[in-house]
Amino acid sequence: MLKRKIGKIALGFTAAFAASAALANVAQARDLTIVSWGGAYQDAQKKVYFEPFKKAAGIAMNDESWDGGVGVLRAKVQGGAATWDVVQVESDELAVGCEEGLFEKLDYSKIGGEAAYIPPSVNPCGVGAILYDFVLGYDKDKLKQAPSGWADFFDTKKIPGKRALRQGPKTTLEIALMADGVAPKDVYKVLATDEGVERAFKKLDTIKGDIVWWKAGAQPPQLLASGEVAMTSVYNGRIDTANKNEKKNFGMVWDGALFTLDSWVILKGSPNKEAAYKFLDFAGKAENQSKLSENISYGTSNKDAAAKLSPAVLKDLPTAPDNIKNAVEINVAFWLENIDRLTERFNKWAAK
Amino acid sequence: MTTSSLTGADASTEVPLKRRLRRAERARQVKALALVLPLLLFLLFTFAGPIAGMLWRAVDDREVRHVLPQTVAALASWDGKDLPNEDAFAALASDIVAARAAGTIAIAAKRLNYALNGFRTILTSTARNLKAAPEPGAAKETLSKINAAWRERATWTTIKDAGGPVTGYYLLSALDLMRNVDGAIIAAPPDQAIYREVFTRTFVISLSVTVLCLLLGFPVAYLLAALPPARSNLLMIFVLLPFWTSLLVRTCAWIVLLQSNGVVNDSLHWLGIIDQPLRLIYNRFGVCVAMTHVLLPFMILPLYSSMKAISPAYMRAAASLGAPPVTAFLRIYLPQTLPGIGAGSLLVFILALGYYITPALVGGAADQMISYFIALYTTETANWGLASALGAVLLLATLLLALVYGKLVQGQQVTGGMKN
Repeated sequence: MLKRKIGKIALGFTAAFAASAALANVAQARDLTIVSWGGAYQDAQKKVYFEPFKKAAGIAMNDESWDGGVGVLRAKVQGGAATWDVVQVESDELAVGCEEGLFEKLDYSKIGGEAAYIPPSVNPCGVGAILYDFVLGYDKDKLKQAPSGWADFFDTKKIPGKRALRQGPKTTLEIALMADGVAPKDVYKVLATDEGVERAFKKLDTIKGDIVWWKAGAQPPQLLASGEVAMTSVYNGRIDTANKNEKKNFGMVWDGALFTLDSWVILKGSPNKEAAYKFLDFAGKAENQSKLSENISYGTSNKDAAAKLSPAVLKDLPTAPDNIKNAVEINVAFWLENIDRLTERFNKWAAK
Repeated sequence: MTTSSLTGADASTEVPLKRRLRRAERARQVKALALVLPLLLFLLFTFAGPIAGMLWRAVDDREVRHVLPQTVAALASWDGKDLPNEDAFAALASDIVAARAAGTIAIAAKRLNYALNGFRTILTSTARNLKAAPEPGAAKETLSKINAAWRERATWTTIKDAGGPVTGYYLLSALDLMRNVDGAIIAAPPDQAIYREVFTRTFVISLSVTVLCLLLGFPVAYLLAALPPARSNLLMIFVLLPFWTSLLVRTCAWIVLLQSNGVVNDSLHWLGIIDQPLRLIYNRFGVCVAMTHVLLPFMILPLYSSMKAISPAYMRAAASLGAPPVTAFLRIYLPQTLPGIGAGSLLVFILALGYYITPALVGGAADQMISYFIALYTTETANWGLASALGAVLLLATLLLALVYGKLVQGQQVTGGMKN
């Protein structure tokens, strides 16, 4: 008797399990979901984009954050029933994802037309959101002498102490070449040759023992604040936020900065495409973008956004003429071709 | 199984007893199976399925075949000695034109670029410059004019190798091997050969952490087993505390403790022991310290349970028979804790193999374990073939270790290997 009962219970379990598995596959209608990079940046976006958009358009939406990686997007889209609609991606994610067909082709007529945006931010799969820099950051309170560029970054006699760089070859090799005297405009020309790669690693060898490697954008300001390093490569917005919100006295060097664009994309097969377009249109308007720059010092993609800003805000943006004069755009095509090989090379070098 | 119930009135004389026995047995087995079926299905869906999928990805190679079907077919009969014939060139040209229209060129370019750096440019620039399929008989000339790489044998062997449907390429790469132009397996060039080193590093770090855990955990477990329950319970809470704190929090706490101006360096400086701060973090030392702290409970608990089972009478008996304390410990106590040592060490070692967050945050660039590379290829560069191959190698190595452990502890039950 008892045995039969147990058998029935087990069968019941099996049925319930099968039913719940089937239910999980049923796509549910859900609110528009927008994904960005978290931290101080997403707080600013909430304030000037997400909340006002909800009010203005009357569309329910929620926002999440992620740490990047085109593999994440591939898994989302190929797995079916992706839970995200609009994602902010880096330039290499935009290129690879576009090639792999992970994003919807954008209809620019729904977001104000291509002419409304600066040319580098117009892409068939995505539209520019912000322009930002990797700059040399340091703590003004701790350094007697302010560094003037990447050459000083590698000069441990002039400015003693440890340095922090982003772990991996990307940005690191460019910085090493500029420190070795390569002009910003020639960096990728030199790096495309084997001698150029040798030269970069040779330069890195000179401070190898003094480098701390960071992995997440939140780490460099912490490394500066704790006095662990004297100088670091860092996203310019993080320096600005630390100064504003945490009363730090950090400085940065624009000369030889590396800049890149982040873009908004709509994931392939999104059930909320119309709402997504409405959001991109909202976030693409000059008056909304200028508010973002006022909250966090990143440049934006709308041609007319900068004109709406006060000179005090403008001078700290990556897009200010003086700041972009000697900056290098990170070369997506170069890194798509060489990232695997140079990552292996970098790790070989690091392990020596 | 009793047989007393089988002489009931309903027992038909047609069916022999043996068969009825078997039937009853089978019914029982079916019921037992039905009981474990939910768990079995759950494991299949969430554990065995994904692992099989990962292993499959390590050898799956259908991207190039999908984008350049005619080329792969034309190269099937090519011996790989000289350049392929005009037909192969024509097939490639027509594939490229078709793939460009479909927007799939980059998918093949990406895969071929893994095997031959620069292939991405070769293929995309050819696609850009090839306006339409060339005249019959002129394909070779046209392609060679667009890009000199089409006159190289290596370019074509790369396509042939990547023709799929399965490949050993990723698995070879994960072991620092590659195929040369003639298809022979050779060592990868030195500046790209890193994975053996990384696997070795992963095993060395895991082993160091295991040894440290054993050295630190053994006395603690002994204390726990020896104290009266009231006090050992309090101590046990301290041991379990790390279990209740997030891994990330514990790792960050070590950063605060060990950094240049951290608690440890400041204290030493204040005591006048050092002038310059010691480098305790972003190196191998920091990784070992933080990982040992995180994994210590996994060593202490199995040790404690095996020590709890040892009767104190044994040590007393040894002492009464004249054994000095050290001899008694080595010959009587230690052998009985071997199962605990084995279980704890295996648990800590295998958990350490897969560590990712801790080495990423407190290690330097030379302390990244294999998990870092698997994560890098999975999320950042989306080279899932290589990520899966690295995972497959790690899985195999771990299984081998578990097998060796199983062989070692077989027949060494609670007696700690002493024959009764």
